[in-house]
Amino acid sequence: MKKVFGYPHALSEKRTHYCPGCTHGIIHRLVAEAIDELGVEEKTIGVAPVGCAVLAYEYFNVDFQEAAHGRAPAVATGIKRVHPGAVVFAYQGDGDLASIGAAEIIHAAARGEKIAVIFVNNAVYGMTGGQMAPTTLPGQKTTTSPYGRDTATVGYPIRVCELLATLDGPSYLARVSVHDPQHIIKAGQAIRKAFEMQIAGQGFALVEVLSSCPTNWGMTPVNALQWVKDKMIPYYPLGVFRSPEEVTSHDA
Amino acid sequence: MERVMMKGNEALAEGAIRAGCRFFFGYPITPQNEIPEYMARRMPEVNGVFLQAESEVSAINMIYGAGGAGARALTSSSSPGISLKQEGISYIAGAQVPCVVVNVARGGPGLGGLNPSQSDYFQATKGGGHGDYRLIVYAPGTGQEMVDLIGIAFDKAEQYRNPVMILSDAIMGQMMEPVILPEMQEIPADKAWATTGKKGRSKPNVINSLGIIGEDLEKINIELQAKYARIEAEEVRYEADGVDDADLIVVAYGTSSRVVRSAIALLREEGKKVGLFRPITLWPFPKQVLQELANKGKKFLVVEMSAGQLVEDVILAVNDRSKVEFFGKLNGTIPTVREVYEEIASLLRKGGAK
Repeated sequence: MKKVFGYPHALSEKRTHYCPGCTHGIIHRLVAEAIDELGVEEKTIGVAPVGCAVLAYEYFNVDFQEAAHGRAPAVATGIKRVHPGAVVFAYQGDGDLASIGAAEIIHAAARGEKIAVIFVNNAVYGMTGGQMAPTTLPGQKTTTSPYGRDTATVGYPIRVCELLATLDGPSYLARVSVHDPQHIIKAGQAIRKAFEMQIAGQGFALVEVLSSCPTNWGMTPVNALQWVKDKMIPYYPLGVFRSPEEVTSHDA
Repeated sequence: MERVMMKGNEALAEGAIRAGCRFFFGYPITPQNEIPEYMARRMPEVNGVFLQAESEVSAINMIYGAGGAGARALTSSSSPGISLKQEGISYIAGAQVPCVVVNVARGGPGLGGLNPSQSDYFQATKGGGHGDYRLIVYAPGTGQEMVDLIGIAFDKAEQYRNPVMILSDAIMGQMMEPVILPEMQEIPADKAWATTGKKGRSKPNVINSLGIIGEDLEKINIELQAKYARIEAEEVRYEADGVDDADLIVVAYGTSSRVVRSAIALLREEGKKVGLFRPITLWPFPKQVLQELANKGKKFLVVEMSAGQLVEDVILAVNDRSKVEFFGKLNGTIPTVREVYEEIASLLRKGGAK
């Protein structure tokens, strides 16, 4: 009988520490599936962030380096320059990538650094207990915006894909969501595409994944997924912001 | 073996390449710019990588990535930039990744100035970043040592899987001297512990400094301290010149040791018994040797271009067995041979030494 579904080999069988209803597990699986499908487990090197995915190296069957908060794109740059034939990816959250590591991500993208970045945007600092993130929505309540994010005093959320799309460096920029099975399939395709591009020797690829945080949002897992759909997607529209086709035409 | 005339910064850069360094990441700051500029020209000739990072913070993290991936990787900067690198240095020490960091020091605090200074001694030898960790710190005193110590730095970084710092300064970096360059080495990036991709290994290699469970972190720290104890036992380097018959021993490193050497030469011509003790490793500090000299009744004078940092280590080493005097020049100025001569002569008169 043909096996149609199984545990990805690139995912370790360790039980994760993620909260019930958190979508990190789904995103980990999509990354592992892409590694399996492309047959690159033996030459993949991951860079783990500071934040909820700090233990990501425990959950993948590939070599890993832990980065300081925000510095994953710089660490990935160092690794990729030493092993240009390796598949190097960084896995980062929103505080990590869009706040403390804003310089690192912008310059890795501007350089067209040949790495893949999985950017998990759940509009909140998860690991530290629910503080306001650079992607927290206007009016959204967090522990450091207890009256709701007031744009008059703390400004506006950052749309990372749109920001990076102003640069010539990136080759692939996409925003996806994992709030329902149909979108999970599309997210998987985008992640796979980011890895494929690197194998093909093309440049910087980033996939932003809208993700839920029921614990820090104070919602049930089901309501949290609904909130991604109703609140996050309108502010962070899904789509491809830079594609290889566009890069080719840009170069021409 | 070629003998060539080179600026200290360039001698160090070429020395690094001869020692197998093929990855340089850095950011412009005076007075170290000759190093990245030299690397930008030279790396393409040896199939190496020069990359100008967006910041000191990124440069040190690129080194962490490249060193963790098994390569000999170098970054250089000057004092304010080295402050920015401290986060990364702490992570590198915690994750036990070999790499070399060069500080071509200038005066501080804050923006300070561009003149040579020795006021980063504490930062280099006492931590600098967070946590209980140590760097091996070499202080070159000649152009030749710029070449020799960078090679030794890479060897020791790999031997102990520890970051190594070269503490130079604006004079050491800018001054031209003849140097003998060693043969070219090629060092493959294939360490057993490095992130290379598994390539058939049964277990992934993981480079990290996380010990989220208290007992795990304690274990990591016990291991680190044991390593530092081995380094202290094995890696002390110093130069002792004319200390055996000396009544007074002048302790100085790097640029200030060169001024001291000239002053001592003048005093020796007058028959004064003065010696030079020059630590080459600032950590591990040659405290044992200094203690033995103190036990023999030698007196000490510490000369440095700071308000007094090295002097604290000398006092700790001597531990009240002898007197330790201090002569410092604050940031921005260099002691002249005449000033140091007068200082020593005056101490000898006070101490009744012949």
